[in-house]
Parts: sequence; structure tokens; C-alpha cells
Amino acid sequence: MRKVVKSGRNSHSPRKVQDNLTVFLFLLPAFVLFLVFLVYPIVRSIYFSTFDWNGLGPAVDFIGLDNFKRILTDKIFMKAVGNCLLIVVLSLTLQLPLSLTLAIMVGRDLPGKAFFRTIFFMPYVLSEVITAIIWLGLFNPDPERGFINALLILIPGVKAVPFLGDTHIVLACIFVVLTWKFFGLHMLLYMAGLQNIPREIEEAALIDGANRWKLIRYITIPLLSSTIQTTIWLSVLGSLTQFPLVWIMTKGGPVNASEVMATYMYRYGFVRFWLGYGSAVAVVMLLICLVFSIAYLRLVRQPDYLGGM
Amino acid sequence: MSRKISILLSLVFVAAFALSACGPKATPTAAPATEAPATEPPAQPVTISWYHITTAENQKAVWTKLADEYMAAHPNVTINITVMENEAFKTKLTTLMQSGEPPDIFQSWGGGVMNQFAEAGLLQDITPALDADGGAWRNTFSPGALGVYAYKGENYGVPWDMGMVGMWYNKTLFAQANIANPPTTWTELIADVTALKAAGITPIATGAGDKWPTAFWWEYLATRLCGQAGFVAAASRTGSFADPCFVEAGNKLVELVDLGAFQDGFLGATWGDEATAMGNGKAAMDLMGQWAPGAYNDNSPDKKGIGDALGFFPFPAVEGGAGGAADGVGGGNGFAIGKNAPPEAIDFVKYLTRAESQVQCAQAGFCVPVVKGGEAGLTDPLLKLVQQGAQAAQYFQLYYDQYLPPAMGSVVNDTVQAIVAKTMTPEQGAQAIEDSAKTEIK
Repeated sequence: MRKVVKSGRNSHSPRKVQDNLTVFLFLLPAFVLFLVFLVYPIVRSIYFSTFDWNGLGPAVDFIGLDNFKRILTDKIFMKAVGNCLLIVVLSLTLQLPLSLTLAIMVGRDLPGKAFFRTIFFMPYVLSEVITAIIWLGLFNPDPERGFINALLILIPGVKAVPFLGDTHIVLACIFVVLTWKFFGLHMLLYMAGLQNIPREIEEAALIDGANRWKLIRYITIPLLSSTIQTTIWLSVLGSLTQFPLVWIMTKGGPVNASEVMATYMYRYGFVRFWLGYGSAVAVVMLLICLVFSIAYLRLVRQPDYLGGM
Repeated sequence: MSRKISILLSLVFVAAFALSACGPKATPTAAPATEAPATEPPAQPVTISWYHITTAENQKAVWTKLADEYMAAHPNVTINITVMENEAFKTKLTTLMQSGEPPDIFQSWGGGVMNQFAEAGLLQDITPALDADGGAWRNTFSPGALGVYAYKGENYGVPWDMGMVGMWYNKTLFAQANIANPPTTWTELIADVTALKAAGITPIATGAGDKWPTAFWWEYLATRLCGQAGFVAAASRTGSFADPCFVEAGNKLVELVDLGAFQDGFLGATWGDEATAMGNGKAAMDLMGQWAPGAYNDNSPDKKGIGDALGFFPFPAVEGGAGGAADGVGGGNGFAIGKNAPPEAIDFVKYLTRAESQVQCAQAGFCVPVVKGGEAGLTDPLLKLVQQGAQAAQYFQLYYDQYLPPAMGSVVNDTVQAIVAKTMTPEQGAQAIEDSAKTEIK
């Protein structure tokens, strides 16, 4: 196959043209979908972001970059960015290590690993809306209705905690739910990566006198590095764009304590009817995610030793 | 050779994909409408989409029954009902409106939000239908309620309910705290809150997570303190929302917060949580509109709420305020008509707002009738109190978040939440609302 293609040295040969035509035809459906549902909305958002527009009727009130100026000086938006970054940091320092530890624990030798794998992966299968509603019930401040508070008040001297109604702990509660929801996904990715690590390397290390910790530190983690990089990338982008869990559980409240960029965008775009401003927020989010993605892929991703994920 | 076949195959696939994607919709469209003679209308199938937010089972059944009756009488009409919870509906409506495809008939509170839709040409002017036959339909309504659904003199919807926000209270819990009579002044209210606290009872339930239930407190305080003149001046930009009376409204609200008057976790609570607290006898008072008793019942395990223990009193007078003690804050529910609605939709809304229909919704306890003759269904003594309160009001203020432009209404709600959470002082809150008024009221 490869040879056949190479033999057509002249790029204008009929065979080459046919090849390109085939490629084009196969790409066409995906490309059309990509244009219509991705590129077009982005271009429209950028266009609308330069208007003062309430979303009803045509946009006529052109205001240039005023929306962007306003976003960057808005304290609540900065709070949302701060919350997003906090979730990113917590995800990377708590959620991913937890997933990795569990993956190593249940990854290979444990009896009944299929059982644990299923249990741990289950939250990820639930839709985010259902997850949010389940946790809304668990977090209910009334001990007769909220399971966690029902347990808490059994401890002498402990009073019911208004988890989602307290500006100081609401973000921590959201993070607990995010972790519960997503650690299974990362664990599964790590487990897939672990399967790819050849036994011989570990055996050789064991013969050389490596203990369990050294094995993990010098063999497992380096050979998992490409998977780890993928999960970091997924985790960061997921944290930056998180919406449904936060919106359903707290609507970004109380008083913006759990505001993230996506809920901020929604509040201004669809609740306050400032579609132009909301579009500008979406553009800012896109830029933040894009800058991170490009920088991360350029700077961080190392060559892949095992051809993994 | 094989390559040719593969190209051919791919072409077929692409073509199949393109065709299936762009193919005409399977639903056959009705034959083009000819001028229908009035005498014998040909039964052309008409579909009406109707969005309402009456979710309690027994109340929802009333709307469904009326729709079924109408469809039975008009076999060519199909009414598609979508029932949504209040908050979900507001979200859904926003996207429907922005897509330019409003439902034919949908829940509306009139005021600023409806005006914005009307201005964008998304609603149908039904003034001609109201005025037909010498204003036969128009004259059935109480004019004040109908006016809420008018923008620049044209009606884009009609009301089916008009009531007032007031204090719902639990008589049993009041008795437990040895409170003989409901409070009539702010000082008495504060004393009662203290007494209830001392008796270990949660004085007031509110849902600051949904914002608007708590915003009622600030709006009522502002109505009592600033009076009609103060609000009208601020809203017409001859006055200011940063005036001392609006700041004082915030101070009074903070006074309640400092007393611990609201239930634990009220900052994150929704209106549903608030209704559950009242319906299960866990809070003594709730500032809410005429739909509250139905919601309390629906949120209690036996669907009966607290029964006869529920009472109603008007929002207390505030000493030194410019507003009268009988002034009311409130509003009602109505149906707006989408721009593409067929004439049958208007006819159906006419059916829904007949006196007989109004009697039924009043009997089910979810409307305070706005049509003459409808009050016959108002057997509930509490709803009668609400109706009398609304009628007695010298100055009746529509909820701020409905009266003001939507963006500003949303700022009012957000700001009140910030005031009760103490992330804003009452001064900062009043200023934030004033800043919003500067840009939103033109």
C-alpha cells in the first residue's frame, strides 16, 4: 500500500488525484459537521461579542471591545476565574493522584478487580444532571432530608451543616462531587496505561533489587507519563469549562461563592439577556482554553515511550 | 479497478448522508389555507403549543381537563401541553425566544420581561380580539390585572390570576411561642421573631438560593419605606435607588439576618426548600404570594400541608416609612401569545379565562380570579384574604424583577442575596441597583 502511493512520484499523476479525492470525500461529512456546529458558532460568538445585544432581534448596537474591557474589570468574573483555577489545582493535586493510587491498587493483581473497576467507574456513567440532583439531596441542610447531615447529627455536639448554603465551604462541596464523578474516568485511563507496561521491565527491576515504592516511582509512573499527560489535559479543560454540576447544585451561589466561568457566562447571557456580553465571556473562555491547550501540547508533552494514549 | 469501486462507494455514502440530512421533514404540512368561510369551517388540523408552570398534581389536572374539553369541542385542534417547573421554564423560554420561535401560548408575568419580548416582535398583539364585539372579552377582566400584560397600550397576553405577596404563618407555632396576634408593625415582627427563636422555632423560611423569594423582603420593605412616590421617582430616573429609604430597606433586612430569623442554610435554599419547611411545620412565617398554600400542601408528605394552622396577614407597617400599611407588592400569572400563534390559540385562551374556568382554578386553589364571576370559586378563606388585600391596596407594586427591565430585575435579585449574605452592605447594594438602573432604564 505504502509502496503504491510512493511510486506515484509526480503529484499530478491520476492516481494521486484519485487518492486526494478519496480522502476529501471521506473527510467531507465530518468536515461539514465541524464547520456547521463548531466553526460557525465560534465565528458568530466573536461577532456578537462586539455588540450590546439582548438576544432578541438583530444585533445593531456595535460597541467594539467594550464588552471585553468590562469582563476584565469585573470582580465577579475574576472570582469565577479564581474558582476555576482553584478547581484545576485541586484536581491536579488531589483527584488525579487519588485516581492513580486506586488504579495501581486495583489495576492488576487484586482479586475481584473487575468488581472494583465497575464500582469506581459507575459515577462517571451517570449523567451530570443526575449526579448533581443526587448530591443536592445528600447535601440538604435539613437532617431529616439530607443524608450527610442525618449522619452528622448522630455525632454528639455536631450540628447540621448547610453545605451548599455556606459561602466558605460551598466550593469544597462542589469539588467533592467533581472528584466523585470523574475519578473513575481517570482511573480507567490509568488502568489501560498500566496494561501496556511490559511485565519484563518490572521483573528486571525487581531482580535488580527495587522495592515496591521504587518500582512505582521509577518504572510505573515514567512509563505512564503519556497517559498522565492526557489525564492532566482532560482534567484542566474539564475544570475550566465545568457547568452542569455547579449550575444545578448552586447556580454559582451563594453570592458567587461557587461561580465558575461557564455559570458566569450563562448568568449574563441567558438570565440577564446580555447576549453580546455573554458571547464575549465565551470568547474569553475559548481563548483561555486554547492558550492552555497549545502551550501544554507544545511545551509539556514528552515523546511517548510506549505508544500509549 | 478496485479503487474506482471504492470511490464510487464513498460517493454513494456521502450522497446518502447528504440526502438524509437535508431531506424534507416527514410531517406532511397542511394544505394551504384558503379563506375559511365563517359558517362551515373545514376541519383543518391546527396544533397549538402551550407551556405552563402549574406543576402541583391537582392543579395541573385542571388545565389538562380544560384542554381536553376544548379539543373535544374542536376536533381539528391539537393542544400540545408542556409543563415545566418555574426556574426550568424561565431558562427554556429564554432560549425559545432567542431562537425566534416562541410557543403559541405560554406562562407570563407581564411587565418588563414581556415588554422586551413585545418590543422584539416575538409576541402577538391580541388587542383586536379583546376589543371584538364591543370589547366583550376585555370587559370580563379586572382592568388593573389586564394592564400588566399591556405594552404601549397593546395587549400581548391576558391574566388568569392576580394576587398579593403577604405573610403566611403557622398558627400552631405562633401559639407555642405565646404570640397572641400576628404582628402589624415591624417592631412587633421583630419581637415575634425573638419570641419564636426563644421557643426554639425557626421564625422565617426563605429561599435565598433562588433569590426572588428573599428579594420579596427587600421589595416590600422598600415599598413601605419609600412609598409609591419614592419608587416611581427612582424607576423614572427623577429619583435614585441609592436614596436613604432603599438603603434602610437593606438595613431592616440585615436586622432579620442578624437575629437569625431565617432557617439554617437559607442562603443555598430554593423556593422548594422554603415550601417544604412551611408545609411540614418547620418554620413559622413565609413571605410569599397567593400560590404558597398550594405549594406547601404539595411539598408535604400527605399533600395536606399544615391544614387549618395556616394563616395569612399583610406585610407589617414600617414605622416612619413613606408608604401606607395597605400598599401591596405582588403580581399574578397570565398567558402571553406567541407571534406565530394561530387564531385558535387566542380562542383557546379565551376559553381558559372564561368565568367557569376561573372558578375551577380558584377551587383548586391556584388562582385568585381576575374575571368577573370567577370569584365564585374562591372558597378558600385565605385566598379571599389575599384577594381583599390586593383590592384594598392604594398602591399596588408589581414584583420588581418583573416590573423592571430583565437585566435590572436580575441585579435586584442578585443584590438582595448579597445583602443577606453580607458580601454587600445595604449602601453598596442600593448603589449597585442604582448603577444598573442608570444603564438599563432609558
